[in-house]
Amino acid sequence: MRADLELISDWIPAGSRVLDLGCGNGALLEHLQQHKRVAGYGLEIDADNINTCIEKGIPVLEQDIDEGLQNFAEQDFDIVVMAHALQQFRRPDLLLDEMLRIGKEAVITFPNFGHWRNRIHLGIKGHMPVSEFLPYNWYDTPNIHFCTFSDFRDLCQSKNLKIQRWAAVDGQLRDHWWTRMMPNLFSETAIFKVSR
Amino acid sequence: MPETIPADSVGLITPQVAQFDEPLVLACGQTLPTYQLIYETYGQLNADASNAILICHALSGDHHAAGYHSMEDRKPGWWDSAIGPGKPIDTNRFFVISLNNLGGCGGSTGPTSVNPATGKVWGAEFPMVTVEDWVVSQARLADRFGIQQFAAIVGGSLGGMQVLEWSVRYPERLQAAAIIASAPKLSTQNIAFNEVARQSIRRDPEFFDGNYQAEDTIPRNGLGLARMLGHITYLSDDSMGNKFGRQMRHDTYQYNYEVEFEVESYLRYQGEAFTKRFDANTYMLMTKALDYFDPAAREGGDLAKVLSKAQCEFLLVSFTTDWRFSPARSEEIVDALIRCGKHVSYTKIEAIEGHDAFLFPIPRYMNALRGFLGRVANRLPEEQA
Repeated sequence: MRADLELISDWIPAGSRVLDLGCGNGALLEHLQQHKRVAGYGLEIDADNINTCIEKGIPVLEQDIDEGLQNFAEQDFDIVVMAHALQQFRRPDLLLDEMLRIGKEAVITFPNFGHWRNRIHLGIKGHMPVSEFLPYNWYDTPNIHFCTFSDFRDLCQSKNLKIQRWAAVDGQLRDHWWTRMMPNLFSETAIFKVSR
Repeated sequence: MPETIPADSVGLITPQVAQFDEPLVLACGQTLPTYQLIYETYGQLNADASNAILICHALSGDHHAAGYHSMEDRKPGWWDSAIGPGKPIDTNRFFVISLNNLGGCGGSTGPTSVNPATGKVWGAEFPMVTVEDWVVSQARLADRFGIQQFAAIVGGSLGGMQVLEWSVRYPERLQAAAIIASAPKLSTQNIAFNEVARQSIRRDPEFFDGNYQAEDTIPRNGLGLARMLGHITYLSDDSMGNKFGRQMRHDTYQYNYEVEFEVESYLRYQGEAFTKRFDANTYMLMTKALDYFDPAAREGGDLAKVLSKAQCEFLLVSFTTDWRFSPARSEEIVDALIRCGKHVSYTKIEAIEGHDAFLFPIPRYMNALRGFLGRVANRLPEEQA
Protein backbone atom coordinates (compact mmCIF):
# COMPACT_ATOMS: atom_id res chain seq x y z
CA MET A 1 0.00 0.00 0.00
CA ARG A 2 1.15 3.54 -0.78
CA ALA A 3 2.79 4.95 2.33
CA ASP A 4 0.47 7.98 2.56
CA LEU A 5 -2.50 5.62 2.63
CA GLU A 6 -0.94 3.76 5.53
CA LEU A 7 -0.59 7.04 7.35
CA ILE A 8 -4.19 8.02 6.64
CA SER A 9 -5.50 4.70 7.87
CA ASP A 10 -3.94 5.40 11.26
CA TRP A 11 -6.08 8.53 11.44
CA ILE A 12 -9.36 6.72 10.80
CA PRO A 13 -11.12 5.27 13.84
CA ALA A 14 -12.27 1.66 13.66
CA GLY A 15 -15.87 1.19 12.55
CA SER A 16 -16.17 4.52 10.74
CA ARG A 17 -18.26 5.08 7.65
CA VAL A 18 -15.83 6.33 5.02
CA LEU A 19 -16.12 7.86 1.56
CA ASP A 20 -12.89 7.77 -0.44
CA LEU A 21 -12.89 10.34 -3.26
CA GLY A 22 -10.69 9.08 -6.07
CA CYS A 23 -10.17 5.66 -4.48
CA GLY A 24 -7.87 4.31 -7.22
CA ASN A 25 -7.54 0.55 -7.00
CA GLY A 26 -9.26 0.53 -3.61
CA ALA A 27 -6.08 -0.10 -1.57
CA LEU A 28 -7.05 2.20 1.30
CA LEU A 29 -10.60 0.88 1.60
CA GLU A 30 -9.36 -2.70 1.38
CA HIS A 31 -6.93 -2.05 4.21
CA LEU A 32 -9.62 -0.31 6.27
CA GLN A 33 -12.12 -3.12 5.63
CA GLN A 34 -9.67 -5.75 6.74
CA HIS A 35 -8.12 -4.02 9.71
CA LYS A 36 -10.65 -1.52 10.96
CA ARG A 37 -14.10 -2.89 10.18
CA VAL A 38 -14.71 0.20 8.12
CA ALA A 39 -17.74 0.29 5.83
CA GLY A 40 -16.84 2.50 2.94
CA TYR A 41 -17.36 3.44 -0.64
CA GLY A 42 -14.89 4.69 -3.20
CA LEU A 43 -15.56 7.10 -6.05
CA GLU A 44 -13.57 6.54 -9.20
CA ILE A 45 -13.76 7.21 -12.95
CA ASP A 46 -10.89 5.11 -14.27
CA ALA A 47 -12.25 1.94 -15.88
CA ASP A 48 -9.37 -0.32 -14.84
CA ASN A 49 -9.45 0.91 -11.26
CA ILE A 50 -13.21 0.39 -11.08
CA ASN A 51 -12.85 -3.14 -12.31
CA THR A 52 -10.07 -3.91 -9.86
CA CYS A 53 -12.28 -2.68 -7.02
CA ILE A 54 -15.21 -4.82 -8.20
CA GLU A 55 -12.95 -7.87 -8.42
CA LYS A 56 -11.66 -7.24 -4.91
CA GLY A 57 -15.13 -6.61 -3.53
CA ILE A 58 -14.46 -2.98 -2.65
CA PRO A 59 -17.69 -1.00 -3.06
CA VAL A 60 -16.89 1.45 -5.85
CA LEU A 61 -19.10 3.97 -7.59
CA GLU A 62 -18.40 5.37 -11.03
CA GLN A 63 -18.92 9.05 -10.47
CA ASP A 64 -17.15 12.17 -11.72
CA ILE A 65 -16.39 14.27 -8.65
CA ASP A 66 -16.14 17.42 -10.77
CA GLU A 67 -19.84 17.00 -11.56
CA GLY A 68 -20.70 17.28 -7.89
CA LEU A 69 -21.54 15.17 -4.88
CA GLN A 70 -25.16 16.27 -4.50
CA ASN A 71 -26.35 12.67 -4.38
CA PHE A 72 -24.82 12.22 -0.93
CA ALA A 73 -26.83 13.25 2.08
CA GLU A 74 -25.60 15.73 4.68
CA GLN A 75 -23.26 14.31 7.33
CA ASP A 76 -23.76 10.84 5.84
CA PHE A 77 -20.13 9.80 6.47
CA ASP A 78 -17.82 9.93 9.45
CA ILE A 79 -14.83 10.68 7.27
CA VAL A 80 -14.42 11.77 3.66
CA VAL A 81 -10.94 11.06 2.32
CA MET A 82 -9.16 12.56 -0.62
CA ALA A 83 -5.66 11.25 -1.14
CA HIS A 84 -3.41 13.04 -3.61
CA ALA A 85 -6.25 14.24 -5.78
CA LEU A 86 -7.45 17.63 -4.47
CA GLN A 87 -5.15 19.49 -6.85
CA GLN A 88 -6.79 17.74 -9.83
CA PHE A 89 -10.27 19.21 -9.43
CA ARG A 90 -11.79 22.31 -10.91
CA ARG A 91 -12.61 24.01 -7.61
CA PRO A 92 -10.75 22.47 -4.67
CA ASP A 93 -12.23 25.09 -2.32
CA LEU A 94 -15.82 24.20 -3.15
CA LEU A 95 -14.95 20.53 -3.04
CA LEU A 96 -13.62 20.98 0.49
CA ASP A 97 -16.98 22.53 1.43
CA GLU A 98 -18.78 19.56 -0.09
CA MET A 99 -16.54 17.08 1.72
CA LEU A 100 -17.51 18.68 5.02
CA ARG A 101 -21.16 18.79 4.08
CA ILE A 102 -21.33 15.01 3.56
CA GLY A 103 -18.71 14.09 6.14
CA LYS A 104 -18.13 15.04 9.74
CA GLU A 105 -14.41 15.15 9.06
CA ALA A 106 -12.24 15.30 5.96
CA VAL A 107 -8.78 13.87 5.48
CA ILE A 108 -6.79 15.36 2.63
CA THR A 109 -3.32 14.61 1.36
CA PHE A 110 -1.58 16.58 -1.37
CA PRO A 111 1.91 17.19 -2.72
CA ASN A 112 3.41 20.29 -1.15
CA PHE A 113 4.40 22.56 -4.02
CA GLY A 114 6.43 24.68 -1.62
CA HIS A 115 9.04 21.95 -1.12
CA TRP A 116 12.56 23.31 -1.53
CA ARG A 117 13.27 21.18 -4.58
CA ASN A 118 10.28 22.67 -6.39
CA ARG A 119 11.47 26.12 -5.43
CA ILE A 120 14.88 25.45 -6.92
CA HIS A 121 13.31 24.09 -10.09
CA LEU A 122 11.21 27.19 -10.52
CA GLY A 123 13.41 29.81 -8.81
CA ILE A 124 16.84 28.88 -10.19
CA LYS A 125 16.18 26.81 -13.29
CA GLY A 126 13.08 28.79 -14.22
CA HIS A 127 11.03 25.71 -15.15
CA MET A 128 7.92 24.08 -13.74
CA PRO A 129 9.05 21.21 -11.53
CA VAL A 130 9.02 17.72 -12.99
CA SER A 131 10.00 14.93 -10.63
CA GLU A 132 9.65 11.23 -10.13
CA PHE A 133 6.62 11.85 -7.95
CA LEU A 134 5.13 14.54 -10.20
CA PRO A 135 6.20 13.29 -13.60
CA TYR A 136 4.00 15.52 -15.76
CA ASN A 137 4.72 18.47 -17.99
CA TRP A 138 2.80 21.67 -17.33
CA TYR A 139 0.60 21.11 -20.40
CA ASP A 140 -0.43 17.51 -19.77
CA THR A 141 -0.61 17.44 -16.00
CA PRO A 142 -3.86 16.44 -14.32
CA ASN A 143 -2.68 18.59 -11.40
CA ILE A 144 -4.32 21.88 -12.30
CA HIS A 145 -4.42 23.44 -8.82
CA PHE A 146 -1.12 22.93 -7.09
CA CYS A 147 -0.80 24.52 -3.68
CA THR A 148 1.69 24.67 -0.86
CA PHE A 149 1.33 23.48 2.70
CA SER A 150 0.79 27.08 3.78
CA ASP A 151 -1.73 27.81 1.01
CA PHE A 152 -3.94 24.97 2.17
CA ARG A 153 -3.65 25.95 5.82
CA ASP A 154 -4.65 29.50 4.87
CA LEU A 155 -7.66 28.19 2.92
CA CYS A 156 -8.81 26.23 5.97
CA GLN A 157 -8.39 29.32 8.14
CA SER A 158 -10.30 31.54 5.73
CA LYS A 159 -13.15 29.02 5.82
CA ASN A 160 -12.98 28.86 9.63
CA LEU A 161 -12.31 25.13 9.50
CA LYS A 162 -10.75 23.35 12.44
CA ILE A 163 -7.48 21.64 11.62
CA GLN A 164 -7.78 18.57 13.85
CA ARG A 165 -4.46 17.16 12.91
CA TRP A 166 -1.72 17.61 10.36
CA ALA A 167 1.42 15.90 9.25
CA ALA A 168 4.22 16.99 6.99
CA VAL A 169 6.38 14.21 5.67
CA ASP A 170 9.26 13.57 3.32
CA GLY A 171 9.27 11.49 0.14
CA GLN A 172 9.37 8.30 2.18
CA LEU A 173 6.44 9.51 4.29
CA ARG A 174 8.62 9.87 7.37
CA ASP A 175 8.34 12.92 9.52
CA HIS A 176 11.40 14.58 10.98
CA TRP A 177 11.99 17.52 13.24
CA TRP A 178 12.78 19.62 10.20
CA THR A 179 9.60 18.68 8.30
CA ARG A 180 7.61 19.45 11.45
CA MET A 181 9.48 22.70 12.05
CA MET A 182 9.29 24.06 8.51
CA PRO A 183 6.62 21.99 6.76
CA ASN A 184 6.20 24.40 3.89
CA LEU A 185 9.85 24.13 2.94
CA PHE A 186 10.70 20.54 3.80
CA SER A 187 7.62 18.37 3.43
CA GLU A 188 6.86 16.63 0.15
CA THR A 189 3.43 15.46 1.18
CA ALA A 190 1.01 17.32 3.42
CA ILE A 191 -1.76 15.57 5.31
CA PHE A 192 -4.63 17.38 6.99
CA LYS A 193 -7.64 16.30 8.97
CA VAL A 194 -10.21 19.07 9.14
CA SER A 195 -13.72 19.61 10.40
CA ARG A 196 -16.21 22.45 10.78
CA MET B 1 -27.19 -22.11 -38.25
CA PRO B 2 -24.08 -23.12 -36.29
CA GLU B 3 -21.88 -25.39 -38.42
CA THR B 4 -20.33 -26.58 -35.20
CA ILE B 5 -21.15 -25.57 -31.65
CA PRO B 6 -18.57 -23.00 -30.46
CA ALA B 7 -16.34 -24.18 -27.58
CA ASP B 8 -17.62 -21.43 -25.28
CA SER B 9 -21.27 -22.30 -25.90
CA VAL B 10 -23.44 -24.26 -23.51
CA GLY B 11 -24.28 -26.37 -26.57
CA LEU B 12 -27.57 -28.01 -27.49
CA ILE B 13 -30.22 -27.36 -24.87
CA THR B 14 -33.62 -28.92 -24.27
CA PRO B 15 -36.12 -26.80 -22.32
CA GLN B 16 -37.81 -28.43 -19.32
CA VAL B 17 -41.27 -27.82 -17.90
CA ALA B 18 -42.18 -27.72 -14.22
CA GLN B 19 -45.83 -28.23 -13.26
CA PHE B 20 -47.12 -26.46 -10.12
CA ASP B 21 -50.38 -27.59 -8.54
CA GLU B 22 -50.18 -25.35 -5.50
CA PRO B 23 -52.39 -22.30 -6.19
CA LEU B 24 -50.65 -18.95 -6.65
CA VAL B 25 -52.41 -15.91 -5.25
CA LEU B 26 -51.52 -12.99 -7.48
CA ALA B 27 -51.07 -9.32 -6.54
CA CYS B 28 -54.19 -8.45 -8.56
CA GLY B 29 -56.29 -10.61 -6.20
CA GLN B 30 -56.93 -13.48 -8.59
CA THR B 31 -55.58 -16.98 -8.06
CA LEU B 32 -53.92 -19.28 -10.56
CA PRO B 33 -54.92 -22.77 -9.39
CA THR B 34 -52.21 -24.52 -11.38
CA TYR B 35 -49.51 -23.36 -13.77
CA GLN B 36 -46.42 -24.42 -15.66
CA LEU B 37 -43.02 -22.78 -15.94
CA ILE B 38 -40.71 -23.57 -18.83
CA TYR B 39 -37.00 -23.21 -18.12
CA GLU B 40 -33.52 -24.13 -19.24
CA THR B 41 -30.48 -24.90 -17.15
CA TYR B 42 -26.80 -24.66 -18.00
CA GLY B 43 -23.91 -26.12 -15.99
CA GLN B 44 -24.04 -28.46 -13.00
CA LEU B 45 -25.68 -27.86 -9.65
CA ASN B 46 -23.13 -28.58 -6.91
CA ALA B 47 -23.68 -30.90 -3.94
CA ASP B 48 -25.01 -28.28 -1.53
CA ALA B 49 -26.94 -26.41 -4.23
CA SER B 50 -24.99 -23.23 -3.56
CA ASN B 51 -23.73 -22.40 -7.05
CA ALA B 52 -27.00 -21.44 -8.76
CA ILE B 53 -27.55 -18.24 -10.71
CA LEU B 54 -31.04 -17.17 -11.73
CA ILE B 55 -31.46 -15.18 -14.94
CA CYS B 56 -34.49 -12.86 -15.07
CA HIS B 57 -35.61 -11.87 -18.54
CA ALA B 58 -36.83 -8.53 -19.85
CA LEU B 59 -39.99 -7.52 -21.70
CA SER B 60 -39.67 -9.70 -24.78
CA GLY B 61 -37.19 -12.26 -23.49
CA ASP B 62 -37.81 -15.87 -22.58
CA HIS B 63 -36.18 -18.95 -21.06
CA HIS B 64 -33.87 -19.52 -24.01
CA ALA B 65 -30.93 -17.43 -22.80
CA ALA B 66 -27.99 -19.47 -24.08
CA GLY B 67 -27.02 -22.26 -26.45
CA TYR B 68 -29.01 -23.76 -29.30
CA HIS B 69 -32.16 -25.83 -29.50
CA SER B 70 -31.04 -27.52 -32.69
CA MET B 71 -28.32 -27.36 -35.28
CA GLU B 72 -30.85 -25.61 -37.50
CA ASP B 73 -31.11 -22.57 -35.19
CA ARG B 74 -30.05 -19.35 -36.84
CA LYS B 75 -29.08 -17.70 -33.58
CA PRO B 76 -28.27 -18.84 -30.03
CA GLY B 77 -30.24 -17.75 -26.92
CA TRP B 78 -30.70 -14.05 -26.20
CA TRP B 79 -27.82 -13.73 -23.71
CA ASP B 80 -25.43 -16.28 -25.17
CA SER B 81 -22.67 -13.66 -25.16
CA ALA B 82 -22.65 -13.64 -21.35
CA ILE B 83 -23.55 -17.23 -20.42
CA GLY B 84 -21.29 -20.21 -21.14
CA PRO B 85 -18.06 -21.94 -20.20
CA GLY B 86 -15.48 -19.25 -19.41
CA LYS B 87 -17.95 -16.41 -20.02
CA PRO B 88 -18.86 -13.86 -17.32
CA ILE B 89 -21.72 -16.09 -16.17
CA ASP B 90 -19.40 -19.06 -16.18
CA THR B 91 -21.18 -22.40 -16.56
CA ASN B 92 -17.98 -24.19 -15.52
CA ARG B 93 -18.54 -22.78 -12.06
CA PHE B 94 -22.23 -21.93 -11.87
CA PHE B 95 -25.53 -23.72 -12.42
CA VAL B 96 -27.65 -21.28 -14.38
CA ILE B 97 -31.47 -21.31 -14.45
CA SER B 98 -33.37 -19.26 -16.99
CA LEU B 99 -37.14 -19.42 -17.11
CA ASN B 100 -39.99 -17.90 -19.05
CA ASN B 101 -42.06 -15.79 -16.70
CA LEU B 102 -45.69 -16.44 -15.91
CA GLY B 103 -47.90 -14.73 -18.47
CA GLY B 104 -45.22 -15.20 -21.10
CA CYS B 105 -45.62 -16.80 -24.49
CA GLY B 106 -42.50 -18.96 -24.54
CA GLY B 107 -44.11 -22.02 -22.98
CA SER B 108 -44.94 -20.96 -19.42
CA THR B 109 -48.60 -20.57 -18.52
CA GLY B 110 -49.90 -17.39 -20.09
CA PRO B 111 -52.63 -15.92 -22.30
CA THR B 112 -51.95 -18.46 -25.08
CA SER B 113 -52.36 -21.43 -22.67
CA VAL B 114 -55.60 -23.30 -22.10
CA ASN B 115 -57.52 -22.34 -18.98
CA PRO B 116 -58.20 -25.69 -17.30
CA ALA B 117 -61.42 -24.32 -15.78
CA THR B 118 -62.99 -23.56 -19.17
CA GLY B 119 -61.06 -25.73 -21.56
CA LYS B 120 -60.53 -22.62 -23.71
CA VAL B 121 -57.49 -20.48 -24.40
CA TRP B 122 -57.06 -17.87 -21.64
CA GLY B 123 -56.65 -14.94 -24.03
CA ALA B 124 -57.77 -11.69 -22.43
CA GLU B 125 -59.04 -13.58 -19.37
CA PHE B 126 -55.51 -14.30 -18.17
CA PRO B 127 -55.00 -12.42 -14.91
CA MET B 128 -52.55 -9.53 -14.59
CA VAL B 129 -49.20 -10.66 -13.26
CA THR B 130 -46.67 -8.43 -11.54
CA VAL B 131 -42.94 -8.47 -10.85
CA GLU B 132 -43.78 -9.61 -7.31
CA ASP B 133 -45.79 -12.56 -8.66
CA TRP B 134 -42.91 -13.57 -10.90
CA VAL B 135 -40.46 -13.51 -8.02
CA VAL B 136 -42.73 -15.73 -5.91
CA SER B 137 -43.08 -18.19 -8.80
CA GLN B 138 -39.32 -18.13 -9.40
CA ALA B 139 -38.75 -18.95 -5.71
CA ARG B 140 -41.03 -21.95 -6.06
CA LEU B 141 -39.00 -23.12 -9.03
CA ALA B 142 -35.83 -22.74 -6.93
CA ASP B 143 -37.44 -24.92 -4.25
CA ARG B 144 -37.81 -27.71 -6.82
CA PHE B 145 -34.03 -27.78 -7.17
CA GLY B 146 -33.45 -27.57 -3.43
CA ILE B 147 -31.82 -24.17 -3.90
CA GLN B 148 -32.07 -22.38 -0.55
CA GLN B 149 -29.92 -19.50 -1.64
CA PHE B 150 -28.84 -18.33 -5.09
CA ALA B 151 -25.19 -17.46 -5.53
CA ALA B 152 -26.49 -14.61 -7.66
CA ILE B 153 -29.56 -13.32 -9.45
CA VAL B 154 -28.98 -11.34 -12.62
CA GLY B 155 -31.24 -9.35 -14.89
CA GLY B 156 -31.40 -6.39 -17.25
CA SER B 157 -34.22 -3.86 -17.68
CA LEU B 158 -37.49 -5.47 -16.48
CA GLY B 159 -35.25 -8.39 -15.42
CA GLY B 160 -33.35 -6.00 -13.15
CA MET B 161 -36.62 -5.07 -11.46
CA GLN B 162 -37.13 -8.74 -10.61
CA VAL B 163 -33.64 -8.88 -9.13
CA LEU B 164 -34.40 -5.78 -7.04
CA GLU B 165 -37.63 -7.39 -5.80
CA TRP B 166 -35.80 -10.62 -4.95
CA SER B 167 -33.30 -8.72 -2.82
CA VAL B 168 -36.00 -7.41 -0.51
CA ARG B 169 -38.67 -10.12 -0.73
CA TYR B 170 -36.30 -13.04 -0.04
CA PRO B 171 -33.20 -11.28 1.33
CA GLU B 172 -31.71 -14.51 2.71
CA ARG B 173 -32.10 -16.32 -0.60
CA LEU B 174 -29.41 -14.57 -2.65
CA GLN B 175 -25.77 -13.67 -2.08
CA ALA B 176 -25.38 -11.28 -4.97
CA ALA B 177 -27.62 -9.18 -7.19
CA ALA B 178 -26.65 -7.76 -10.58
CA ILE B 179 -29.14 -5.12 -11.73
CA ILE B 180 -28.42 -3.92 -15.24
CA ALA B 181 -29.94 -0.98 -17.16
CA SER B 182 -32.89 -0.94 -14.81
CA ALA B 183 -34.92 1.45 -12.65
CA PRO B 184 -36.69 1.44 -9.29
CA LYS B 185 -39.91 2.33 -11.08
CA LEU B 186 -40.99 3.58 -14.48
CA SER B 187 -40.92 7.29 -15.26
CA THR B 188 -44.02 9.04 -16.55
CA GLN B 189 -42.50 9.00 -20.02
CA ASN B 190 -41.91 5.23 -19.79
CA ILE B 191 -45.54 4.64 -18.84
CA ALA B 192 -46.63 6.91 -21.67
CA PHE B 193 -44.64 4.87 -24.21
CA ASN B 194 -46.20 1.68 -22.83
CA GLU B 195 -49.67 3.14 -23.16
CA VAL B 196 -49.12 4.02 -26.82
CA ALA B 197 -47.91 0.46 -27.39
CA ARG B 198 -51.01 -0.97 -25.72
CA GLN B 199 -53.36 1.35 -27.55
CA SER B 200 -51.89 0.41 -30.89
CA ILE B 201 -52.62 -3.25 -30.08
CA ARG B 202 -56.09 -2.64 -28.64
CA ARG B 203 -57.18 -0.48 -31.55
CA ASP B 204 -56.26 -3.12 -34.09
CA PRO B 205 -59.60 -4.53 -35.36
CA GLU B 206 -58.02 -7.98 -35.24
CA PHE B 207 -57.50 -7.69 -31.46
CA PHE B 208 -61.11 -8.68 -30.59
CA ASP B 209 -60.67 -7.45 -27.00
CA GLY B 210 -57.83 -9.91 -26.57
CA ASN B 211 -59.73 -12.97 -27.78
CA TYR B 212 -58.17 -12.99 -31.23
CA GLN B 213 -57.10 -16.61 -30.94
CA ALA B 214 -60.74 -17.69 -30.80
CA GLU B 215 -61.24 -15.70 -34.00
CA ASP B 216 -58.22 -17.45 -35.51
CA THR B 217 -56.35 -14.22 -36.13
CA ILE B 218 -53.73 -11.99 -34.50
CA PRO B 219 -53.52 -8.18 -34.21
CA ARG B 220 -50.49 -8.11 -36.46
CA ASN B 221 -50.59 -4.40 -37.24
CA GLY B 222 -51.06 -3.29 -33.66
CA LEU B 223 -48.39 -5.56 -32.22
CA GLY B 224 -46.01 -4.63 -35.02
CA LEU B 225 -46.56 -0.93 -34.35
CA ALA B 226 -46.03 -1.43 -30.62
CA ARG B 227 -42.75 -3.14 -31.35
CA MET B 228 -41.63 -0.44 -33.79
CA LEU B 229 -42.21 2.20 -31.15
CA GLY B 230 -40.52 0.12 -28.46
CA HIS B 231 -37.58 -0.60 -30.72
CA ILE B 232 -36.91 3.10 -31.29
CA THR B 233 -36.77 3.65 -27.53
CA TYR B 234 -34.29 0.79 -27.07
CA LEU B 235 -31.81 2.33 -29.50
CA SER B 236 -29.93 5.60 -29.25
CA ASP B 237 -30.12 8.42 -31.75
CA ASP B 238 -26.43 7.81 -32.51
CA SER B 239 -26.76 4.08 -33.04
CA MET B 240 -29.68 4.53 -35.43
CA GLY B 241 -27.78 7.32 -37.16
CA ASN B 242 -24.67 5.17 -37.53
CA LYS B 243 -26.62 2.21 -38.81
CA PHE B 244 -28.92 3.97 -41.29
CA GLY B 245 -28.24 7.68 -41.46
CA ARG B 246 -30.49 8.97 -44.25
CA GLN B 247 -29.72 6.06 -46.54
CA MET B 248 -32.43 5.74 -49.14
CA ARG B 249 -33.99 2.92 -51.10
CA HIS B 250 -33.74 4.81 -54.36
CA ASP B 251 -31.36 7.42 -55.71
CA THR B 252 -34.06 10.07 -55.75
CA TYR B 253 -37.10 10.87 -53.64
CA GLN B 254 -40.20 8.97 -54.76
CA TYR B 255 -42.69 11.36 -53.15
CA ASN B 256 -44.94 8.57 -51.86
CA TYR B 257 -45.52 6.60 -48.64
CA GLU B 258 -43.60 3.50 -49.59
CA VAL B 259 -40.24 2.86 -47.96
CA GLU B 260 -38.09 5.85 -48.77
CA PHE B 261 -35.46 5.64 -46.03
CA GLU B 262 -33.76 2.41 -44.95
CA VAL B 263 -34.69 3.00 -41.33
CA GLU B 264 -38.36 2.70 -42.30
CA SER B 265 -37.73 -0.66 -43.88
CA TYR B 266 -35.79 -1.80 -40.83
CA LEU B 267 -38.57 -0.82 -38.43
CA ARG B 268 -41.25 -2.46 -40.57
CA TYR B 269 -39.19 -5.63 -40.66
CA GLN B 270 -38.63 -5.56 -36.89
CA GLY B 271 -42.34 -5.04 -36.27
CA GLU B 272 -43.37 -7.81 -38.65
CA ALA B 273 -40.78 -10.30 -37.33
CA PHE B 274 -41.94 -9.68 -33.78
CA THR B 275 -45.55 -10.62 -34.56
CA LYS B 276 -44.34 -14.06 -35.64
CA ARG B 277 -42.72 -14.84 -32.31
CA PHE B 278 -44.61 -12.86 -29.69
CA ASP B 279 -48.15 -12.79 -28.36
CA ALA B 280 -50.06 -9.51 -28.17
CA ASN B 281 -51.75 -10.28 -24.82
CA THR B 282 -48.39 -11.17 -23.31
CA TYR B 283 -46.98 -7.88 -24.59
CA MET B 284 -49.84 -6.03 -22.92
CA LEU B 285 -49.29 -7.91 -19.65
CA MET B 286 -45.54 -7.31 -19.63
CA THR B 287 -45.95 -3.57 -20.15
CA LYS B 288 -48.46 -3.46 -17.27
CA ALA B 289 -46.03 -5.36 -15.03
CA LEU B 290 -43.47 -2.69 -15.83
CA ASP B 291 -45.93 0.13 -15.08
CA TYR B 292 -47.03 -1.32 -11.74
CA PHE B 293 -43.55 -1.99 -10.35
CA ASP B 294 -42.77 0.47 -7.56
CA PRO B 295 -41.36 -1.22 -4.45
CA ALA B 296 -40.71 2.14 -2.73
CA ALA B 297 -44.47 2.78 -2.68
CA ARG B 298 -44.71 0.07 -0.01
CA GLU B 299 -42.75 2.37 2.31
CA GLY B 300 -44.31 5.71 1.43
CA GLY B 301 -41.93 6.29 -1.46
CA ASP B 302 -38.78 5.69 0.59
CA LEU B 303 -36.66 3.38 -1.55
CA ALA B 304 -33.84 3.25 1.00
CA LYS B 305 -36.27 1.98 3.61
CA VAL B 306 -37.38 -0.84 1.33
CA LEU B 307 -33.81 -1.72 0.38
CA SER B 308 -32.64 -1.75 4.00
CA LYS B 309 -34.05 -5.30 4.16
CA ALA B 310 -31.56 -6.53 1.55
CA GLN B 311 -28.59 -8.66 2.61
CA CYS B 312 -26.84 -9.36 -0.67
CA GLU B 313 -24.02 -7.54 -2.45
CA PHE B 314 -25.15 -5.42 -5.38
CA LEU B 315 -23.71 -4.56 -8.76
CA LEU B 316 -25.51 -1.85 -10.73
CA VAL B 317 -24.67 -1.20 -14.36
CA SER B 318 -25.99 1.53 -16.64
CA PHE B 319 -25.17 2.66 -20.18
CA THR B 320 -24.44 6.23 -21.21
CA THR B 321 -26.80 6.40 -24.22
CA ASP B 322 -29.68 4.51 -22.60
CA TRP B 323 -32.56 6.99 -22.45
CA ARG B 324 -35.31 4.46 -21.79
CA PHE B 325 -33.72 3.48 -18.44
CA SER B 326 -31.10 6.19 -18.16
CA PRO B 327 -28.06 6.07 -15.86
CA ALA B 328 -29.86 8.47 -13.52
CA ARG B 329 -32.49 5.76 -12.89
CA SER B 330 -29.82 3.22 -11.88
CA GLU B 331 -28.23 5.90 -9.71
CA GLU B 332 -31.50 6.28 -7.79
CA ILE B 333 -31.10 2.67 -6.72
CA VAL B 334 -27.39 3.15 -5.99
CA ASP B 335 -28.02 6.25 -3.85
CA ALA B 336 -30.74 4.47 -1.87
CA LEU B 337 -28.41 1.50 -1.28
CA ILE B 338 -25.67 3.83 -0.05
CA ARG B 339 -28.09 5.58 2.27
CA CYS B 340 -28.90 2.28 3.94
CA GLY B 341 -25.27 1.21 4.02
CA LYS B 342 -25.43 -1.73 1.60
CA HIS B 343 -22.50 -3.24 -0.24
CA VAL B 344 -22.89 -1.80 -3.74
CA SER B 345 -20.71 -1.10 -6.74
CA TYR B 346 -21.86 0.89 -9.73
CA THR B 347 -20.44 1.34 -13.17
CA LYS B 348 -21.67 3.53 -16.02
CA ILE B 349 -20.56 1.98 -19.27
CA GLU B 350 -19.76 4.09 -22.32
CA ALA B 351 -21.89 2.51 -25.04
CA ILE B 352 -23.58 3.67 -28.21
CA GLU B 353 -26.32 1.02 -28.29
CA GLY B 354 -28.85 2.75 -26.01
CA HIS B 355 -30.99 0.57 -23.76
CA ASP B 356 -30.18 -2.48 -25.90
CA ALA B 357 -26.54 -2.20 -24.75
CA PHE B 358 -27.30 -4.60 -21.91
CA LEU B 359 -27.57 -7.40 -24.50
CA PHE B 360 -24.19 -6.64 -26.10
CA PRO B 361 -20.84 -8.09 -24.98
CA ILE B 362 -19.25 -4.67 -24.35
CA PRO B 363 -15.82 -5.47 -22.86
CA ARG B 364 -15.98 -3.13 -19.85
CA TYR B 365 -19.49 -4.34 -19.01
CA MET B 366 -18.57 -7.99 -19.38
CA ASN B 367 -15.46 -7.48 -17.24
CA ALA B 368 -17.49 -5.87 -14.47
CA LEU B 369 -19.95 -8.76 -14.48
CA ARG B 370 -17.08 -11.26 -14.60
CA GLY B 371 -15.27 -9.57 -11.70
CA PHE B 372 -18.43 -9.37 -9.59
CA LEU B 373 -19.49 -12.98 -10.18
CA GLY B 374 -15.90 -14.24 -9.99
CA ARG B 375 -15.80 -13.19 -6.35
CA VAL B 376 -19.07 -15.02 -5.74
CA ALA B 377 -17.60 -18.12 -7.41
CA ASN B 378 -14.48 -17.95 -5.28
CA ARG B 379 -16.60 -18.22 -2.14
CA LEU B 380 -18.19 -21.48 -3.30
CA PRO B 381 -17.10 -24.70 -1.61
CA GLU B 382 -14.40 -26.69 -3.43
CA GLU B 383 -15.98 -29.43 -5.51
CA GLN B 384 -14.86 -32.97 -4.77
CA ALA B 385 -13.16 -34.35 -7.86
